[in-house]
Amino acid sequence: MEKKYDEFMQGLFKEYKPDKDNLIQMLNEVQEHYGYVPRDAQEALSNFLGISMAEIYGVVTFYSRFSLEPQGKYKLSVCLGTACYVKGSQKILDRIVERLHIKEGETTPDGMFTLEAMRCVGACGLAPVFTVNGEVYGKATVQKLDQVLDELMKN
Amino acid sequence: MEENLITLTIDGKTVKAKPNTTILTAAREAGIDIPTLCFLKDINNAGDCRMCIVEVEGRRGFTTSCITAVAEGMVVHTNTPAVIEARKTVLDLILSNHHEDCLTCIRSGNCELQALARKYNVRKIRYTGEKIDHEVDDKSPSLVRDFNKCILCKRCVATCKKVQEIGAIDVAERGFSSCVSTVENRSINDVDCTFCGQCIESCPTGALHEKESIDELWAKIRDPETTVIVQTAPAVRAGLGEEFDLPIGTNVTGKMVSALKALGFDKVFDTNTGADFTIMEEANEFIERITKGGVLPMTTSCCPAWIKFVEMNYPEQIPHLSSCKSPHQMFGALLKTYYAEKEGLDPKKIYTVSVMPCVAKKFERQREEMKNKDGLYDVDNVITTRELARMIKEANIDFEKLEESQFEDPMGEATGAAAIFGVTGGVMEAALRTAQDTLTGKSVDAIEFKDVRGGAGIKRATVNVAGKDVRVVVASGLKNARKIMEEIKSGKADYDFVEIMACPGGCVVGGGQPIKSSKIRSEVDVRELRSAALYTIDEKSTLRKSHENPVLKKIYADYLGEAGGHKAHELLHTHYEKREKYNLD
Repeated sequence: MEKKYDEFMQGLFKEYKPDKDNLIQMLNEVQEHYGYVPRDAQEALSNFLGISMAEIYGVVTFYSRFSLEPQGKYKLSVCLGTACYVKGSQKILDRIVERLHIKEGETTPDGMFTLEAMRCVGACGLAPVFTVNGEVYGKATVQKLDQVLDELMKN
Repeated sequence: MEENLITLTIDGKTVKAKPNTTILTAAREAGIDIPTLCFLKDINNAGDCRMCIVEVEGRRGFTTSCITAVAEGMVVHTNTPAVIEARKTVLDLILSNHHEDCLTCIRSGNCELQALARKYNVRKIRYTGEKIDHEVDDKSPSLVRDFNKCILCKRCVATCKKVQEIGAIDVAERGFSSCVSTVENRSINDVDCTFCGQCIESCPTGALHEKESIDELWAKIRDPETTVIVQTAPAVRAGLGEEFDLPIGTNVTGKMVSALKALGFDKVFDTNTGADFTIMEEANEFIERITKGGVLPMTTSCCPAWIKFVEMNYPEQIPHLSSCKSPHQMFGALLKTYYAEKEGLDPKKIYTVSVMPCVAKKFERQREEMKNKDGLYDVDNVITTRELARMIKEANIDFEKLEESQFEDPMGEATGAAAIFGVTGGVMEAALRTAQDTLTGKSVDAIEFKDVRGGAGIKRATVNVAGKDVRVVVASGLKNARKIMEEIKSGKADYDFVEIMACPGGCVVGGGQPIKSSKIRSEVDVRELRSAALYTIDEKSTLRKSHENPVLKKIYADYLGEAGGHKAHELLHTHYEKREKYNLD
């Protein structure tokens, strides 16, 4: 219980009141800071807010914005919503799987890329779309994807 | 207060109900049953399962009766063809993702889902598709979680979170993957569960149950080389009959003893005798602490879920716990030492079994501290009341027709004080009876401490013991236990002696007792009925104070020496250790 938490967590405890309602907001900050929700942070929040670990785990696994594993430097999201799907977004997703050897929800061993499928981003007019760290690439093709990946891999 | 009542019509019947009553409650109070699945009175009304849907005139679609309040002039129909069809569809959908192994399921015959499928004549499951497939968690000595049988009613989650305020389990994931999970879906053995087993009592299906240890026991009973000695906890006799369709709260002591003999146990003893030892040691410890300035308040230590709770959550308060072992552990320790010696038996060939209303006792018996100096466990096997009933059925014993018989001498005698150990407040009352006689040096007649009786979660009283005011607290349910521990921790505790039981109401409604359906729990107070059986045993007992038990007197004189003495400490006391809440690495 007397575990030492890092500066970030300590700062969080100063910023927020120990009120159960603050859980999601604090999880957001944790996700933002570490790129995922580490177990130590879950435990810290559990002690601080008086919420059981199982409940926090339940919240983290419910919302897709939270992840339990460290995320890649680049988060590749392919829209599989109706419009994008009809326009062939599955091919984009398959191409990423083929090139990076990771499945949906996984991260490359070098920590560079995380792949996820998502639903509509509200850019159906640009279908099919994929995003890189939230930046939208519209009217996507496999060739266009390859160019983007090549570019990112240079970094 | 007639004018405050709301008038509505349910199935053509005019019904009056208090404001804010749900349609479900109003209907049931009027004698109209509505089927439920996720509803559990006072614990869970989430409106999740949709079994309790009804039609309300003027409203579109179906109304979920467990979460909808009555309104003036409301016209409700609980049983229209549309309602019945919809309920069938609900069942169909639940069953489409259920492992249908009813034949071999531990809850077959006492499963709320099975009962509803039968009631609604579900003959064929129309929907087929993907089914959940989870690994069964049977790593803990107490509890088995089989999520493949779970219907996500969340009654267990509500029990753990709201009644006990532990929250070892909660709903995780989303959509089809939703499941009741521990943190990181670890074994219940590796998280902050206390093994109170209240989740089992609230589960409508076979998703949660005790870790059975019947097979091992049959093998020992059938082994001619082994002397198998059984003892039964106070609360078992107040619950066992229900498994044979006897009314709730029937005292079946005599038939139970006969059944145990018929099952082939070599000796049948009473944990109540152990409880009398516990009182001797605990009352003595309390007097020592009070007169010699020991750590106060002192709390009882009979409940293994409570002990695990303190070890995990309040390790710095461990000195407040009495060092006494629980009654069946004390008794087991004596069986393998005193009794073995007296009867000329090799302790290694004695197999001790405790029938308990509890699943935490399965964990307790295998604690390292519960081994004697020869490395033998005080108790070799713990079975629940339910498991005993299953064994009796398996042996084809007609329970109701059994003659009554008595526990065996010389270790089968017990007092009324011991019988009430199974009820919240009972240990306190038993201890006070002995403490007042010990302190005054005479036999005090006033022995009923009514202030510590009843179902309240926390009972506070000041009792006069030998001219001295003793402030006592009795708490049951871990939510209440936590409140008391917070008082102690913050220095606000102004009392001397605390009794705690993890299950709300005490062992009579423990996690190993017969499981009552949500419907029965809505209609009767199971705790009260079973408790009454134990108080009656006490009232009818000739001996009602532990220290008057002749078995104790003899064993202290011949073997143990003084209460709290060296030998008593070696056999009857234990110690506790800080325990990590989570073992995740």
